[in-house]
Amino acid sequence: MEYFAKKYQVIVIGAGHAGIEAGLASARLGCDTCVFTINLDWVGNMACNPSIGGTSKGHLVREIDALGGEMGKAADANTLQSRILNLGKGPAVHSLRAQIDRRLYSDYMKHIMELQDNIDLRQAEIVDIKQLEDGTWQVKTHLEAIYTADCVILATGTFLAGKVYVGDVSYESGPDGMFPAKKLGESLKELGLPTRRFKTGTPSRVNRKTVDFSKLEIQEGDEHVVPFSFDCNCEVKNKLPCYITYTNLETKDIIMQNLHRSPLYGGKIDGVGPRYCPSIEDKIVRFAEKERHQIFIEPCGENTEELYLQGLSSSLPEDVQLKFLRSIPGLENVETMRTAYAIEYDCVDPLSLKASLEFNDFSGLFGAGQFNGSSGYEEAAAQGLVAGINAAHKIQGKEPLILERSGSYIGTLIDDLVTKGCSDPYRMMTSRSEYRLLLRQDNADRRLTPIGYEIGLISEERYQKYLKKLELIDIEKKRVQSTVISPSEAINELLVSRETSALNTGVRLSELLKRPQLNYDLLEPFDTARPPLPREIFEQVEIDTKYEGYIKRQQAQVDEMHRLEVKKLPEDTDYSTIHGLRLEAREKLAKIRPHNIGQASRISGVSPSDISVLLIYLEKECRND
Amino acid sequence: MTEKKTIAAISTPMGTGGVGIIRISGENAFEICDKVFKSFSGKTLADSEGYRAHYGRIFDGENAVDEAICIVFRAPHSYTGENVVEINCHGGIFLTKKILRLVFENGASPAAPGEFTKRAFLNGKMDLSKAEGVMTLISAQGEQGANAAYNLLEGSLSRKINEINSSLLSVAAHMAAWVDYPDDEIEEIDENNLRSTVENAKKEINTLLSRFDSGMAVTTGVDAAIVGKPNVGKSTLMNLLTGYDRSIVTSVEGTTRDVIEETVNLNGCILRLSDTAGMRETGDEVEKIGVDRSRKKLERSAVIFAVFDLSRELSEEDMELIELCEGRTVIPIINKTDLEKRADISVIENKLGKCVAISAKDGEGYDELCETVATLIGTKDFDTSAAMLANERQRICCETALASLNEAFEAIDFGLTLDAIGVCIDGAIAALLELTGQKASEAVVDEVFKQFCVGK
Repeated sequence: MEYFAKKYQVIVIGAGHAGIEAGLASARLGCDTCVFTINLDWVGNMACNPSIGGTSKGHLVREIDALGGEMGKAADANTLQSRILNLGKGPAVHSLRAQIDRRLYSDYMKHIMELQDNIDLRQAEIVDIKQLEDGTWQVKTHLEAIYTADCVILATGTFLAGKVYVGDVSYESGPDGMFPAKKLGESLKELGLPTRRFKTGTPSRVNRKTVDFSKLEIQEGDEHVVPFSFDCNCEVKNKLPCYITYTNLETKDIIMQNLHRSPLYGGKIDGVGPRYCPSIEDKIVRFAEKERHQIFIEPCGENTEELYLQGLSSSLPEDVQLKFLRSIPGLENVETMRTAYAIEYDCVDPLSLKASLEFNDFSGLFGAGQFNGSSGYEEAAAQGLVAGINAAHKIQGKEPLILERSGSYIGTLIDDLVTKGCSDPYRMMTSRSEYRLLLRQDNADRRLTPIGYEIGLISEERYQKYLKKLELIDIEKKRVQSTVISPSEAINELLVSRETSALNTGVRLSELLKRPQLNYDLLEPFDTARPPLPREIFEQVEIDTKYEGYIKRQQAQVDEMHRLEVKKLPEDTDYSTIHGLRLEAREKLAKIRPHNIGQASRISGVSPSDISVLLIYLEKECRND
Repeated sequence: MTEKKTIAAISTPMGTGGVGIIRISGENAFEICDKVFKSFSGKTLADSEGYRAHYGRIFDGENAVDEAICIVFRAPHSYTGENVVEINCHGGIFLTKKILRLVFENGASPAAPGEFTKRAFLNGKMDLSKAEGVMTLISAQGEQGANAAYNLLEGSLSRKINEINSSLLSVAAHMAAWVDYPDDEIEEIDENNLRSTVENAKKEINTLLSRFDSGMAVTTGVDAAIVGKPNVGKSTLMNLLTGYDRSIVTSVEGTTRDVIEETVNLNGCILRLSDTAGMRETGDEVEKIGVDRSRKKLERSAVIFAVFDLSRELSEEDMELIELCEGRTVIPIINKTDLEKRADISVIENKLGKCVAISAKDGEGYDELCETVATLIGTKDFDTSAAMLANERQRICCETALASLNEAFEAIDFGLTLDAIGVCIDGAIAALLELTGQKASEAVVDEVFKQFCVGK
């Protein structure tokens, strides 16, 4: 029998990477919050690869941290191995990635939530959701408990109407053998949310003792480990290595011969799969000329022998999987612990969301994470954080937090989702940001910590530390600009050896730092008055100096775009009455409801002439008032 | 969306021609036209389907004025997106103007300049690049100009831009894949390949830009001034070029006291020609003002026709003119070849280049002069079917793209990391796509997944 259980301010459905950040942000901002999960043993589960970060995803984690989110700290506390990717390709694309002990990570997150004031963490499946007449929301658990809240954040991941496929076998299921959220999917459809089917997949996990490591390349972590969190007080150490192997022609043959047994190629799966995360059978079909594909073998934890095989996601039948696995060097006698599978799930068309991640048509209802059509733990956490902040802001009567594209990857991610939508699961990439020389992982704190502080997720102590860092950067920059290095045999020897021109006259240290061939470390012997500063201060000064011209150029673009970003389009704008908008633009604008002209200009189907019309319209409205 | 007012205008160039077209657009276009036009079939335009031509007569009251064909376009399937009738009548200023007046008398309002295009634009019938093409089409005065504007509509510019862009996109995608998928064994970009791609794109954009001025000369014409000391035959030359007695010609020095202007078409090259007062020191106050204006005209014109008298020795005034013209786009003209030669041409040619010898009075040397003008302005071998920038907006997009590519080049030379180079190339792609009205955002990402096997 139904019974009324409790009233909250914010209810979060799902305790994955999005749900955790959403719940923590809401609670930390003072809202009475409840987080529901189908299985409390897997809070923050890494259902796919046991790693956090990577290109552009590392940027997201640092941004989450700079704003006061939890993911970076949790990753630092449970790192197995850490590397900075793309070293040598330029600071804009340096990306941190860490292998994570997934069991410990999950425990860490669960414990943080349990300890957090204002959060109730509950194991329950939500089976029904509706909006009451007074505008508040009501959810019902499978045990028929009724909870109400002012705001609900949907963070259902791949659970929503989840269905797993392995060869010709398929069954309703959430990830990692958990229950799917079937009834909630129906309830959301009844509510009228524009849902659709997406698909993703994961490779096999195998037992370490059945792998022949003598045939594998080893990949160690970085000597000097950089933590994700700007506020990390612990020392992060490498504990376990990764390994590399390759598929071969035999693997390819086995897969090609059994392609008809794949549910994807057999036409059983309707869901749209991510382009960037193709199954091994996809890769072999689409890039037939490639003879081998690289496979990374990653540890899942210190207290388990399970290994994750990155690059071998598949939905072929179990017998075929084992056969192709055993064609790979090092895996000849491998034993599978978990079979690879594809999973299809319901998610929402993110064009129905505002940039605050609240639904256009449902006040108080928010979406975050894979539910919004994205993919990846980091993308999910980033949205969870923003949704949690904005649910709290709504309740507290504050303006929503909308991060600009030019200020963060988080802003870019959300802007892309709610402006352009996505036709397959959305993964962050550095190439998605037009401002990537500004949006580096090294300066995420300089971009976002003031915002986190203003919101109230960054403590006074941490903020003071941050201000001190800014001051040190400033002082050091001035020193570098005023220090003159005189020509000497020693320095010219260095310069010539680095293939850059020797000095005839004294030159400013900043001019030398600008040269791509030189860096802080190389110039140390000649920079006698250098103060003892933390490494990250030198790093900031060096990047600011080296890329000064390019950073300025990007900043100019940002300023130009900003002129359009400040022209707000009222939420109740009736696009059908604006003369001169083309039909396509009118429909798109009415659907997407951009919050300003800048966002409108990025909608496909909205042309520069439509923007001129909108500008004229705003001008007209403005004059009418 | 249809505006209340029905508008009409003559949409063929003013002047003598075989056919003139009067366009009527708006809610009442059919009803208004039915009042002046009776088809031989007896069918009214109001009852006609769209895309139909009706043969009949134009009436002024009871009197038939002309035979005409009316073409009916029903909203929204018309140029403006409104109901449109195009009356094809016999050309000639008098006749077309008379029919237009009849249309006005029966309820249409005169169209403001560019109003058809504006309505088409406001009714969503065209994107920005097309609107600009149409505007160029309207203002294009020469036949060549019309062809070039038409090609823009047809997309020869879009094709060219896409061609340049696809090579840049390919490089940008390679860089993106290399950066975003460090685990995926993507080869590093070959620096020579990168250089040559950027170099090629720069070359193509430069070609487009270099054709811009010639293109403008073909479509909208260039300012040209005829200058020289008094009585060297400037006005005679003006009359030769315009084809009629535009300027008053006498043997009295200082006859032309003000600037006289006329647009002429010299073998497809449009010149907005000014005949100026002869430049000399003068006590006459009125003439003095004219001389000042001549100097200003000379300063502002894109092309200068510097006229010298072959039958007189070069004077101080001639030398002054040579000085004023040095370094400018100038055609030195030696007039009066019909008289005895007294001037030392080599003095002129040393400073201003080869002279064109003419006799403005009897038209000798006219062809050579036209040829020289066309070569100088770049319209001589101007291929109107090739891609061409139609306006300043498009030129600016190209300049932006070029600047980005130059920066990319500098970054490569300086040895900077690929992230900085990549941003420059992205900037060039965005500027080029803006030119054709596309959005850059997804282009690189799409290309990555097309070209590379990436992902876990």
